[in-house]
Amino acid sequence: MDTQTWIYLVVGLTFALYLGIAIWARAGSTQEFYVAGGGVNPVANGMATAADWMSAASFISMAGLIAFLGYNASPYLMGWTGGYVLLALLLAPYLRKFGKFTVPEFIGDRFYSKTARMVAVLCLIVASITYVIGQMKGVGVAFGRFLEVEFETGVMIGMAIVFFYAVLGGMKGITYTQIAQYCVLIFAYTVPAIFISFQLTGVPFPQIGLGANMADGTALLDKLDQVVTDLGFASFTDPEHNTLNIFLLTMSLMIGTAGLPHVIIRFFTVRKVSDARISAGWALVFIAILYTTAPAVGGMARLNLMNTIQTGPIGSPEGNLEYENRPEWFRNWETTGLLAFEDKNGDGRIQYYNDANPEFAAEAASYGWAGNEMVTVDRDIMVLANPEIATLPGWVIALVAAGGLAAALSTAAGLLLAISSAISHDLLKGMFTPKINEKQELMAGRIAMAGAVLLAGYMGMNPPGFAAQVVALAFGLAASSIFPVLMMGIFSKRVNKAGAIAGMLTGLLSTVIYIFVFKGWFFVPGTNWFPNTAEYWLLGIQPESFGAVGALLNFAVAFGVSRVTQAPPAHIQELVESVRIPRGAGMPTGH
Amino acid sequence: MNHAPESGAAAYWKENVRLLMTLLVVWFVVSYGAGILLVDLLNQIPLGGYKLGFFFAQQGSIYVFVALIFIYVRKMNQLDRKYDVHEE
Repeated sequence: MDTQTWIYLVVGLTFALYLGIAIWARAGSTQEFYVAGGGVNPVANGMATAADWMSAASFISMAGLIAFLGYNASPYLMGWTGGYVLLALLLAPYLRKFGKFTVPEFIGDRFYSKTARMVAVLCLIVASITYVIGQMKGVGVAFGRFLEVEFETGVMIGMAIVFFYAVLGGMKGITYTQIAQYCVLIFAYTVPAIFISFQLTGVPFPQIGLGANMADGTALLDKLDQVVTDLGFASFTDPEHNTLNIFLLTMSLMIGTAGLPHVIIRFFTVRKVSDARISAGWALVFIAILYTTAPAVGGMARLNLMNTIQTGPIGSPEGNLEYENRPEWFRNWETTGLLAFEDKNGDGRIQYYNDANPEFAAEAASYGWAGNEMVTVDRDIMVLANPEIATLPGWVIALVAAGGLAAALSTAAGLLLAISSAISHDLLKGMFTPKINEKQELMAGRIAMAGAVLLAGYMGMNPPGFAAQVVALAFGLAASSIFPVLMMGIFSKRVNKAGAIAGMLTGLLSTVIYIFVFKGWFFVPGTNWFPNTAEYWLLGIQPESFGAVGALLNFAVAFGVSRVTQAPPAHIQELVESVRIPRGAGMPTGH
Repeated sequence: MNHAPESGAAAYWKENVRLLMTLLVVWFVVSYGAGILLVDLLNQIPLGGYKLGFFFAQQGSIYVFVALIFIYVRKMNQLDRKYDVHEE
């Protein structure tokens, strides 16, 4: 069977599975729609959380980042896993004990304020919508490359699938689909990695293979460092000396992870508090399988790529691959424009080196090289082309296609649920039309979900030009506004309504403004006040890393304001005490 | 009896916070300490084919994170029983 047939088969089967689950897991009540009925097994919820969490960015982009940034991509690895420690220890069990449907609902009750709840809804909706656009775009890209359909058609097929199981099944449908999607995506990610690790080092575990020796006895990482530095690139394992930004970026991603509402609400679906704790552990186990594999995928793909092009000694005329003899995968990716070659010195061979490195310029010139000829090497192809680079069979390539789609769809569904529950439960039931009955609320939830799917699809097809920037915004918002206020709501009895609102607004505005002054207001190019370069950054802090600073300001302002205003009423202090004790956690309710 | 006495609840919370702090110190040391602040120093030490600082940044800290959550779960379940606040 050829690769294309395999792709249709595997993607078609996984989609049939998701639709089957959707029909089986229909939601009959708001409890099922918002929290999947509240009795999800903690291991199953861990798996669903992992799929919910790992997006198209984790699946497709992260290994590519590592391939080209090496050590300097570490904040993504540590940040997007270390956040689960914070979530498990500081938030999940207590929010589960609180026992309601949404994150803004906790903020509204704990700070006895509808305003606080509104601000939380605003943060949630902005963070989730920006995030979901990226997922829809990922669906379109994956379809475009693998199923040879138009980008828009791809997005529409993706929308139709999500629409079906999210609108019909709510959290219940999403939970069981995410479990299936996790299995698809983790299998798709690890199988090529195992093959490649085995090819290069003889060790089937990529995590160990990355630290193992190659057939010639040198360590793989030493070899990789040498291959890249010999061509003027930065060493793979050495840190770039920008410790402050690496530190703050890791911190922002960690607390942002812990504060993302679509992840937090997954812990409302388990039966009791102790289940919420262990479920976070399982979630991290399932996430860690992919995250510890990613450095191996990145490093090994980089080595394979370099060796494919630099086939012999550097500087010898025969040392570089002849363009005419380039492999099949090279041709495939050239047609997508994600890989491009330009024969600058007209020798018919490919020179791939760092022509921006002044120390290497003289050496390159002495070989008759006239600039780097791999003019485009898109980072995202490292995972997608990896099986082809390593000449793995067609069914593995098909798996990767299905895995990328599973990662994007599962995250999109989780985000859409967070958005629709904020609209139907926090805005309608909690604010504007408190008199609606359960049936009406369920219908409102479905309509909100349908609206959110359509909006996400539309934005995915017409990205507002800032799709690449939005991740920083989503994490910045979650880190600076949502996480601190949740944590203070549990760990302090003294922080009151005024403190929480002032803190949230300070964190939110400081972070958003800091991002906008360097990246343009609402990311409109040219509207930035300062160039986005280190000389202009406050204390040298890049906008992506500012979420942690925003969080710090949030804590400081909230405590300060609370100190000079009245303590929360007695019943709120009792609420905090009850949240801290596991016993008595009922099923989540809407009342 | 549905609720532990007031002093019990306070003591439970105090022990809980102490456990959290201990675990978060480890959380900080393996990631921000070994993976970022001390990376150059630790990179002098090899671990198989890995440099130790690089290993902590891209592998080791993640394994420790997983272990921390499971230790927390175990300790909290013990604590819940000790103060009689566990669920049925």
